[in-house]
Amino acid sequence: MEKIIAGKNITVNEEGYLTDFNQWDEKVGEAIAAEANVPLSPRHWEILKYLQDEHKNQVALSIRRIGKSGVTDIKEFYQLFPVAPLKTATKIAGIPKPASCI
Amino acid sequence: MKNIVILGAGTAGTMMANHLHHQLKHPEWQITIIDEREEHHYQPGYLFLPFDIYSPEDIVKTIEEFIPKDVKLIKQQINRIVPTENKIQLADGSELPYDILIIATGAKIAPEETEGMKGSEWQKSVFDFYTFEGSLALRNKLREWDGGKLVVHITEMPIKCPVAPLEFAFLADSFFKHKHMRDKVEITYVTPLSGAFTKPKATEALEHLLHEKGIHIEPDFAIERVDNEKKEIVDYGGKVIPFDLLVTVPTNKGDELMERSGMGDDLNYVPTHKATLQSINYQNVFVLGDASNIPASKAGSVAHFEAEILTENILRYVHGEPLKEEFDGHANCFIETGNGKALLIDFNYTHEPVEGSFPFAGIGPLRLLKESRMNHMGKLAFRWIYWNVLLKGTHIPFVSATMSEKGKHYA
Ligand SMILES: Cc1cc2nc3c(=O)[nH]c(=O)nc-3n(C[C@H](O)[C@H](O)[C@H](O)COP(=O)(O)OP(=O)(O)OC[C@H]3O[C@@H](n4cnc5c(N)ncnc54)[C@H](O)[C@@H]3O)c2cc1C
Repeated sequence: MEKIIAGKNITVNEEGYLTDFNQWDEKVGEAIAAEANVPLSPRHWEILKYLQDEHKNQVALSIRRIGKSGVTDIKEFYQLFPVAPLKTATKIAGIPKPASCI
Repeated sequence: MKNIVILGAGTAGTMMANHLHHQLKHPEWQITIIDEREEHHYQPGYLFLPFDIYSPEDIVKTIEEFIPKDVKLIKQQINRIVPTENKIQLADGSELPYDILIIATGAKIAPEETEGMKGSEWQKSVFDFYTFEGSLALRNKLREWDGGKLVVHITEMPIKCPVAPLEFAFLADSFFKHKHMRDKVEITYVTPLSGAFTKPKATEALEHLLHEKGIHIEPDFAIERVDNEKKEIVDYGGKVIPFDLLVTVPTNKGDELMERSGMGDDLNYVPTHKATLQSINYQNVFVLGDASNIPASKAGSVAHFEAEILTENILRYVHGEPLKEEFDGHANCFIETGNGKALLIDFNYTHEPVEGSFPFAGIGPLRLLKESRMNHMGKLAFRWIYWNVLLKGTHIPFVSATMSEKGKHYA
């Protein structure tokens, strides 16, 4: 479905995740972050960039992997994105929600 | 003579030995299977042992009795795989060459991954039921426990049989009801997922049941540590949940063998092609069961479907034919819901579990995603089927390795 984010028409799924990363830019990221009540600091951006790179390289994202990434640790990740951090951060970064295997 | 070596004589390895020995025979082929244990455990039984529904004898047999005579069984720990030299190193230092390797070393719990989990309260008020010892210790605890806060907890995904902790919560509800002490027990279900399950339709049905049984759910909980003194679990966001009895599913990992061999990912699972079951890095190495990293459930039923497809692919590989990309992630699980009832779910990589009938479209007799007594009988019958049909690699009539979409109510 279509949603207006930061003044642009953006395609998102039912949960609000972008379905096309090409539609993402920093303004869109900021708008999604504001909606999730996460004010973005330079530190947030470093982690968001890291998540986007991992996604580009087709690495499956998990809290565990982020804890071992060297970019941040789990504690800080939670401080930066307090509620369901991986789900929130990926949404802001414009990448798909990580699939939790069953 | 050529060598096929199977690592692990659990559910998946045993099924492969039984399939392959009909196909690849002496003197051209020697099949060898290696396991460090004496016993084969029916792991789904670990769920019932704590509630005195099964006894240890029901779920433990010897490995030997399920391995065909013409397959060589070596009882030793596997120290290392050297995939670049096509050989295995055993604990006693001896080596074994292979032409084809099948990895079926499964997954196991790693409570040491979480701070304080294996602390002073381990097997006093903190228990697992994913091992025989844990499940038995929990049975003894439950026999005398006089109530309080029961917390059923999943540390992180993926875990084997992802519905088992939910089933544990349901069975606990019914266990305490029968003991006339349900009012003395508060049950909380704590999960790192956003809901009771990962697939929307099943989550809806399961959350409805949790609600009905007065089981409280705490989603999105990523545990940081167990506080043994205060008897609390604490998550990275600072959320705290107190317990009198914690039944946790610790982090699950593949065997350390993969780390030693440089063949695993960060959880020691082996990178595997999800449709052919060939390992990503080595053409003559195949992986099935819980040991692989494919995005399917870690379940015996999945291993069963995989074994049928992998047997075909190994024969293709032997004959130099292209592999079939056939495995679709098919899983089929009974979910015990307590009070003599169960649900059944059937799903694959792309189709979530929905309502319907199984295995015959429109007839059943089993109902998908609905509680029934028939499903419960199915779950109990599964133990007999496991020992007498599944391990022997016999095809289950009417149930195909790839999922059928017939008789299912997709929206
Ligand atoms: C509580 C619980 C409930 C479950 N309920 C269900 C259910 O209802 N339905 C269902 O379908 N599935 C269920 N399962 C899951 C099912 O039991 C597993 O998915 C299945 O057993 C996986 O088979 P496997 O062969 O991959 O691993 P396993 O059966 O675990 O076998 C692995 C074998 O490898 C051996 N091994 C490992 N490393 C080494 C080494 N270095 N050297 C020598 N030997 C080694 C081990 O000793 C073991 O025998 C449940 C599991 C649990 C824990």
